[in-house]
Amino acid sequence: MSIEEFISSITASANNQPGHLLQYLYEIQYQYAHISQQAIKLLAEKLSLTESHIHGVIGFYSFLHDSPRGAYDVLISDSITDHMLGSRSLLDALCKKLGVVPGVPREDGRVTVDTTSCTGLCDQGPAMLVNGWAVTRLDENRIDNIAELIESATAVDQWPNEFFRVEDNIQRRDILLSDESNDGEALRSLIDQGEDAMLEQIESSGLRGRGGAGFNTGMKWRFCKQTEADQRYVVCNADEGEPGTFKDRILLNAYADKVFEGMTVCAGVIGATKGCLYLRGEYRYLRAPLEQILQQRREAGLLGNTILGQGGFDFDIEIHMGAGAYICGEESSLIESLEGKRGIPRKRPPFPVTHGYQNRPTVVNNVETFMAAALIAVHGADWFSSVGTEQSSGTKLISISGDCEKPGIYEYPFGVSIQDILKDCAAKDTQAVQIAGAAGFTIPPAEFERCIAFEDVSTGGSFMVFKQDRDLLDMVKNFAHFFVHESCGFCTPCRVGSSLMKDLVDKVHSGHAGQYDLDEMQNIGQLMRSTSHCGLGTTAPNPVLDTLEKFPQIYEKHLKHSSYEPAFDLDAALQDARDITGRDDAGAHLGTKS
Amino acid sequence: MNGSNTFKLDGKDIPFEDGDTIMDAALRAGEYIPHLCHNPEFSPHGSCRVCVVNANGRQISACTQPAVQNMEIDNSSDEIMDQRRSLLQMLFVEGNHVCPGCEKSGACQLQAVAYYANMLSPHFTHFFPQRSVDASHADIAIDFNRCILCELCVRASRDVDHKNVFAIDGRGINSHLVINSPSGKLGDSSFAASDKAAHVCPVGAILPKHTAYDRPIGERLYDKQPISVVGDVAAHDQDEDR
Ligand SMILES: Cc1cc2nc3c(=O)[nH]c(=O)nc-3n(C[C@H](O)[C@H](O)[C@H](O)COP(=O)(O)O)c2cc1C
Ligand code: SF4
Ligand code: SF4
Ligand code: FES
Repeated sequence: MSIEEFISSITASANNQPGHLLQYLYEIQYQYAHISQQAIKLLAEKLSLTESHIHGVIGFYSFLHDSPRGAYDVLISDSITDHMLGSRSLLDALCKKLGVVPGVPREDGRVTVDTTSCTGLCDQGPAMLVNGWAVTRLDENRIDNIAELIESATAVDQWPNEFFRVEDNIQRRDILLSDESNDGEALRSLIDQGEDAMLEQIESSGLRGRGGAGFNTGMKWRFCKQTEADQRYVVCNADEGEPGTFKDRILLNAYADKVFEGMTVCAGVIGATKGCLYLRGEYRYLRAPLEQILQQRREAGLLGNTILGQGGFDFDIEIHMGAGAYICGEESSLIESLEGKRGIPRKRPPFPVTHGYQNRPTVVNNVETFMAAALIAVHGADWFSSVGTEQSSGTKLISISGDCEKPGIYEYPFGVSIQDILKDCAAKDTQAVQIAGAAGFTIPPAEFERCIAFEDVSTGGSFMVFKQDRDLLDMVKNFAHFFVHESCGFCTPCRVGSSLMKDLVDKVHSGHAGQYDLDEMQNIGQLMRSTSHCGLGTTAPNPVLDTLEKFPQIYEKHLKHSSYEPAFDLDAALQDARDITGRDDAGAHLGTKS
Repeated sequence: MNGSNTFKLDGKDIPFEDGDTIMDAALRAGEYIPHLCHNPEFSPHGSCRVCVVNANGRQISACTQPAVQNMEIDNSSDEIMDQRRSLLQMLFVEGNHVCPGCEKSGACQLQAVAYYANMLSPHFTHFFPQRSVDASHADIAIDFNRCILCELCVRASRDVDHKNVFAIDGRGINSHLVINSPSGKLGDSSFAASDKAAHVCPVGAILPKHTAYDRPIGERLYDKQPISVVGDVAAHDQDEDR
């Protein structure tokens, strides 16, 4: 098929909608290993968009490229927990075997090896993506095999199945994960009770959003329902980009029917006919099975027109793929991305509940929130609110990774203590727990009695364990780099501040910083926290500010004992000269490091 | 509804109308809130954050925040001025701003707001990014070293000129302005000196050719009066004295 034909076929299937641009680009990227100038030109003509607009969208998403990647595009997960499992030395080994440097396609066009933000496989890492497909449990052996498969040009679909095995790894079940209700039960309950009664159930259950912010779900649905509009939308946020979070992956793999059913209940309640699942690009392997489940639901009368024979109950769900952008988990960026644009967060107000997708009232909820809503529809509000705490009803799925014997998924009633979780996952000699991901909280042992709840330690589900002999500054450094990579670049404090912060953390880490630099980190962090445009920038300094306060010793041991150290490092400035001359002996270094 | 809605800006009553942002109402009342990406002719953007104020205990951007009855706004405390200064310093070190060598010096809003905020040094480590100058167009030059990503040219070209000459590419610290033309050069685009987009840049990134030093340095808009008195440079575009 020529590229003209390919583009015609993908655009025709979605009626040449400019709003589907990102979806078209995603297809082209994986078909041709990049999006060529010719493809951009064709798309621009077909969709009546400018070429620079299309370039701008490609430039925003990590998985899209306007210059060729290798035929095998290998991305090694760069999450701190992958580092702790040895991902960096595996990356070096793979690069060495294949004769490439990270990020640069090999001259013969065969392969590119690079890093990528957390792939959501932290409990079975180190992990990587090859042409978008997830590979788990990397070790030296597997890396050797992969290098051979690439050298022998073996198609990815011919690689051993074992490489692509992703386990659910459920370690503890509570009311959600032990559910045995039948498909369609929540919808029958909705039809029996009526929309208003159902909305009251959701409200009185006390259900709050599981994506991190914890907004009251019933209230969100009511605001949306109350807004006058010709169309409303239901959007399921499956971007799951917070490093260390992987519970939505399990729900979409093993409980997708329940998630879709929750979306359908929401649609019935608010009066929406269209829904969207925004699936992060890293979960490409889940797309086909999810499409299949949607099709089965249509055939069973649980989706589509006249759901369960109810005239006027029409609702269908489309899957949209993300393409490597953490910011697209933020609900207004997600909506921009659904509309095919760069994922820049919108101004608020207005909020998505009144002005969301296509400027229409839109409910955006997390995967776990929709699943909980479906089960509340089946079992009732009291069943749900009898579990958990007063302000945080129900249970929470926790994704545990890092230094423990039993990583995986744990479902707990809200109110469980960190201590108890650590005991269950068999973590020993714990120095710290990072809860709620890179943007979250660093918890020292003195606070292990604290609880997982909206009123205490609130989390979307990430729970990373660090034992005593880890250098926590490695974690701080990893997160600082993550935020530079993931800042959307829209506002000054986050765009520039995250880079300044990263440089300072690197300076501390390499033993070149003094007290002045720590004060500077504090100031930049406070500025980002209070003046950034969206939640990414306001939370990005958390790991630095938290550890400065609670773990001063991790900085102390790296500091030079002078109050001021210049930013300019003479020895580092000679690196280019060393690279050119191939020298790295003592004589090629200046004695700036004491 | 009625004209009696007011909020307090540094203790002063400011009347506002429904739909006003804090910035709209303040500017109408002749009160200055520093800003760079805001221009009252365009819909608010909210990216530079220099208009940060404290409203009822929380930092918000005045150009995007709707005015609310009786809200109390701090537009001048040391805390707010310190934050604005830091944001300006970030903009300075992110690009290459060599004021003494810049044609726009004295009529540049970034420079003028920096004076207003008492910025005496760039403070942070310079990024010294590698950026280019595009002199391919007959009447207008564009120096990317000075672009602060306010997107006013993007908005003007899209919403007023209906030409979409400009766009943003890249992400995060790699975000950059690009030009929509086959070569990526301004000279190859449909841009014209009469376009609205040629007259909105708050800094010295988009500059008319041939007339740079018609008005000598020392006699320019902000050489005579501070920005808090004379306002945006774009509003003086047709003036003799800019
Ligand atoms: C930077 C950033 C990233 C986010 N990522 C996610 C995400 O991956 N998944 C998610 O459900 N919510 C994420 N959120 C929260 C969403 O903006 C939104 O609050 C949530 O999807 C609402 O659903 P809920 O009420 O069911 O939690 C993110 C927020 C921010 C600021
Ligand atoms: S804080 Fe600003 S730069 Fe950072 S992601 Fe949000 S909008 Fe983008
Ligand atoms: S060129 Fe000028 S108007 Fe355009 S984005 Fe840059 S600073 Fe703003
Ligand atoms: S003027 Fe308000 S954010 Fe730029």
